[in-house]
This record gives sequence, C-alpha cells and structure tokens, in this order.
Amino acid sequence: MSGFLQNTFNGLVGGAFYALLALGLAVIFGMLRVVNFAHGAFYMLGAFGAYVLLAEAGVPFWAALVIMPLALGLLGMALERAVIHRLARLDPLYNFLFTFGLTLILQDLVKSRYGVQSSPYATPAELSGTVDFGLFDFPTYRVFILGFTVLLCVAVWWVLGRTRIGTVVRAATERPELTRAFGIDVGRWVTPVFGFGIALAGLAGVLAAPMRAVNPLMGADLIIVVFAVVVIGGLGSIFGSVAAGFGIGLVQAWGEAYLSDFPIVSQTVVFVVMAAVLLWRPAGLFGREEAPA
Amino acid sequence: MAAASAAALLVAGCGGGGPQSGGDSKLTGDKIVLGVLNDQSGAYSELSGRNSVKAVELAIADFKAKYGDKAVTKDITVETADHQNKPDVANSKAQEMYDRKGVDAILDVPTSSAALKVADVVKEKKKLYFNIGAATTDLTGKSCNKYTFHYAYDTYMLAHGTGTVTTEQVGKNWYILYPNYAFGQDMEKSFSAAISAAGGQVVGKDGAPFPNTSGDYSSFLLKAPTLNPKPQVLGTMQAGAELVNVVKQYNEFKLRDKGVGLAVGLMFITDIHSLTPAALAGTTYTDAWYWNFDQQNRAWADRFQSETGTRPSFAHAANYSAATQYLEAVQAAGTDDADAVVKGLEGKEINDLFLRNGKIRAEDHRVIHDAYLAQVKPQAEVGEPWDYVKILKTIPAAEAFRAPSADCKL
Repeated sequence: MSGFLQNTFNGLVGGAFYALLALGLAVIFGMLRVVNFAHGAFYMLGAFGAYVLLAEAGVPFWAALVIMPLALGLLGMALERAVIHRLARLDPLYNFLFTFGLTLILQDLVKSRYGVQSSPYATPAELSGTVDFGLFDFPTYRVFILGFTVLLCVAVWWVLGRTRIGTVVRAATERPELTRAFGIDVGRWVTPVFGFGIALAGLAGVLAAPMRAVNPLMGADLIIVVFAVVVIGGLGSIFGSVAAGFGIGLVQAWGEAYLSDFPIVSQTVVFVVMAAVLLWRPAGLFGREEAPA
Repeated sequence: MAAASAAALLVAGCGGGGPQSGGDSKLTGDKIVLGVLNDQSGAYSELSGRNSVKAVELAIADFKAKYGDKAVTKDITVETADHQNKPDVANSKAQEMYDRKGVDAILDVPTSSAALKVADVVKEKKKLYFNIGAATTDLTGKSCNKYTFHYAYDTYMLAHGTGTVTTEQVGKNWYILYPNYAFGQDMEKSFSAAISAAGGQVVGKDGAPFPNTSGDYSSFLLKAPTLNPKPQVLGTMQAGAELVNVVKQYNEFKLRDKGVGLAVGLMFITDIHSLTPAALAGTTYTDAWYWNFDQQNRAWADRFQSETGTRPSFAHAANYSAATQYLEAVQAAGTDDADAVVKGLEGKEINDLFLRNGKIRAEDHRVIHDAYLAQVKPQAEVGEPWDYVKILKTIPAAEAFRAPSADCKL
C-alpha cells in the first residue's frame, strides 16, 4: 500500500512539470493560435539560467525561482512583438517553423558555450531532507514541487476565473473573433499572455534543475510528452491541460512501477492514451468540438 | 673531437642504407594521414570529441620530435569528422576518409552500433582501425577482423572490474537498473555473470525505457530497498545524461542512508565533473586510465590541459597512445602497407602513457592492459579541480579482459 502511495506521489510530481508546461502552451495556443515549438527550449533556458546564476554570480535557488521566469517572460514578450506577432497574420506554418528553428538555435548557443555535458546543480539545503508521512517518507524537494505547483495552478485558476482580466483572457482564448466583436481589444492581451506562458516554462525549468540533468537537450526530450498532454487535454483548454498533465504523470508512474516487465508498454503508454482519447473525443478530453462549417 | 666525428660517421652509416630513411617512397603519397571519427556535437563529445583530435596531434608532435630527420616521413596530418553517433553516417564518413582523404588509420569511433559499421568498412577496404570509444565485445568477437584493433575498454572489462570487486567488498546482493537497448542489455548480462562468479546474486533487475523521456527513475529507486533479500548495491548501467538523472534521484531518495550503495557501469571523469564528487562520493567504477595516477600521467595531463583547458578522460589518453603505436609500427615496418603494419603490431608488448603491461593480442586484436578500480572521493578530500577519484586497486591486464573469444576468426 505504501508503495502504491509513493508511486502515486511520484506520478503527481512528474505530472506537475507536465502541467506547468502544458498550461503555458495552452494559453499561448488559445490566444495566439500559435503552436510554440520553442517551449522546451525555454524550459531548458530556465534550468540553465538557474545554473549560471548560481555558478557565476552565487545567486541561490530561491532568487532564481523569481528572476528566471521574469527574465524569460520579458524575453518572450519581446519575441512576440518582434517576430511572432508579424508572422501570425500569415499561414500558421510560418510560426511553426520559426519556433522550431528558434529551438535549434537556442540549443546550439547553449551547447557552444557550455557543452553537452550536464551541469551540476544541487538541491537547496533547506529542501534536501525527507518528510515522514507515517506510511512512507518522501524527499522534501518533491513535496515542495507538488505543493508549489498546485498553489500556482490554483492562483492561475483564480485569476482567470474571478478577475476581469481573467474574463477577458478566457473569452479571447475561447472565441477571439466574438470577443473582438464585443469591442474588447484582444490584441492588447496577446503579448503579456505569451510572456506569461514562457515564464511558466522557465519556472518549470528552474524547478527541474535540482532533480534532472541540466543540459541543452533536456527540453527536447520532455516536450514530446508535453505535446501529447496538450492534445489529450484538448488544444487550448486551460483546465484540460492541467488535468491531463497530472493525469499523464500518474499513468507514467504507475506504468513504470507495475508494467516494468513489459518495457514496450510502459514506454508508449502516454501515446496509447493519446490515441484512445482522440478516437473517443477528437477534440481532447476538455476541448470543444469546432462547429462544422 | 675524434669521438664526435666517429659518432657522426656511425649515425650516417645507420641512416644511409635502411628502409627507415626519410623521403623513401614506401608510403602512399609519401605521407601518413590519421583519421579521428567520433561524436563532436552530441552526448559523447566531451569525453572524447574534438579534444581527442588534440591528443592525436600531441602524439604526432612527439613522434616527430623523437625521430627528427629519421622519421619515416615528416608529412603527418589528421583528418576528422563528426559521426553524430549514427551508424549510417559513420559508415559513409569512414568510406570517405579511406577513399578520398587518403586516411591510413581511423581512430576512436564511440557508440557500439557505429563502431561495428566501421569494422565492416575496414574489412572490405583493408585499412587500419583502432576503436577506442565503443564498448561492445563484438569488436573482438563475432565482428572481429584482421584490420580492427579494440583499444581502451569493453563491457567485459567494466563488469568484471566493478562487478567482482564490489561483490567481494561492498555487498553480495545487487539490484541492476539498465537502459533497455543493446548496450544496456549487454552490460546487464556481463554484470550478472561477473556478480554470480564472485559469489553474489542479482535479487532484481529492471530495464528502464530508453530514451527515458520522462527523466524519472523514482519507481525503480523506490522499489530497490523493498526487495527481499534487500540489495546492498544498486548497479546502474545508464550513461551520460541518464546517469546524471539516476544519481540525482538516488541521492534524493537517500538510498545510501537506507543501506543501498551505488556502483556505476560506465563512467567518465567528465560525468563526475558534471555531477560533482559530492553527489557520487563512495561510488565505485572501473576506469581504464586516470590522469592523476602517477607522475607520467600527470605530466601528460598538464600538457593536455594547456592545449585544451581541461583534464583528459581515459579516451583522450587512449587516442594519444593508439596514434603513437600506429606511427611507431609504420616507422618500424618502413611502410604504411596495412598487412605489414598489422604483422608488426600483433603480439607486441607495450608500456606507454596509456598502456601499462599492455599487449596487442594476436588472436583477436584485443589490446589488453592494466585497468583500475576507482572510487569517487568525498568532497572534503578533493585536493584540486578534477582530482575526483582514488584508485582502490589495479586489475592486472591478464585478468581485466576476457580470454579470446571462439567467435572471432581473423
């Protein structure tokens, strides 16, 4: 029983990363109709930024947790203004290609400066112990990640659901044309929302630095699963992306724990779930079917 | 005065008639070209990569300095290419090197699948190939051939060193975690064999997904201490970034405090550098060469550092050694004809920077030499940057490698 609880807990921790990344992708896709292929690269920059801040300026984890999302969010906003905004008027393929190319450039820039070897990043001392839950004990850092992510998701949900800004963003995400027709300046919100999505990716990167290998390709490995998560949740659905993120984390952890005799199954279970969901609900679990033209 | 002129006569006499004299056209194109084919942008580019080209350049400089005017040629150059760890790229780059770049011998070639492709190429081209970076024992087993030499290490050496000694000294019960593809499965088999031969047992083993996209190993790490009987050693066969993930999470779950020690199948000094010695303190693994082992290694490591800015891994030293031994063999044979050079190398006993008590086995072209059981120092004992391990034991050359395989017919 305690083994099952531990695996469940781990699944939720893994899911927390998927949820943070998928949430960013979902708000960006919803508002801009841009599939941001560079999301994994910004996650990597978050982790690398934390490493560089610590190694070269002695900036601790806690400060990096604030600095990196802010810095990357600003970078994202600048990027949206400079390029993505202009390409958005053209075929969606242009932004698809641009963000994909940007990923390669960012990865190689980091590679040429820091190499492909993983960079060291220690768990902050105050979180390096274990928490005793009676039935089992669990690394403090993982408990922190889970708590922090859940709080953050609740905060985002509150902002989106209970404030005027949230109402505008939700309306613009779900039905951009209709929202414009009501006289709301949707364009004003596009840049901050893009920056916010990128900031979430950077935040996930900082959180990953103490427990994952920090190297230029860390985002490329993860982003494939995150895209599956977004599709399962329903493209552009904010609640769907978070729910699917935690759900897929659980499915992966249980798959690895109880299907380890069938490695083929535990490796592909995410994509099997995705295929099944798409057959059953082509718009994803929480997506809305487009009205037939 | 008289002594000096006598010596001059003697030198002139020696240099005059023999085939060793410079400018002799026994070399194709009157020059020697070495080819370094390896990973220059991916996972294995730090542990070997471009710095191995530097190591080979050092070997050429030393060879020229040693023989001066008596060198078989003064025109020795290096060609290099990035095989991106892809077998098909390795195949075409190797063909290009031999056919169009005039390469006499290819060096390095990490990644077993790529290494085996190059072995097929040299069999057909009848040109020399010194493999350093790959671990598969097939290079001296069913895929061996007359022109392929396997230099630094292999899965048997890693398993035999780490598996045997850790079983005897740390604990008899093992849990093995391996990446589920050719290299990992090979390593798991070699380790299981070495562990049971040393009187231990494998109480559990799991193949983790490869590549592991989630980056998470917690289900395996949680399972390890609950097995019955409880394992005293976790043997991880993951390499590169996956090894970093396993070790970070091993520390997170505090398995060492729960009585489960850590043994690593394949580790390079560059891996310890990125994980920091603190994360790995006490871990044992088998090393083919260590830069701070003795004065000779250290002096070369200083030269290497002034060229590259970093300390050498065993792959760098092995590339230096293989290039040196090839050039020496050409010098002795007076020709770069592959069959003549192979004849000179077979059975040769060598002591150099990398090879201690070394011998090039004629039966299967396995280059055997002393190996080392290494243990990562606690952070407090690290005296200077990169001095991360202490050598627990030297494994004699004859024990370190397997006996020639019956599968190999040269």
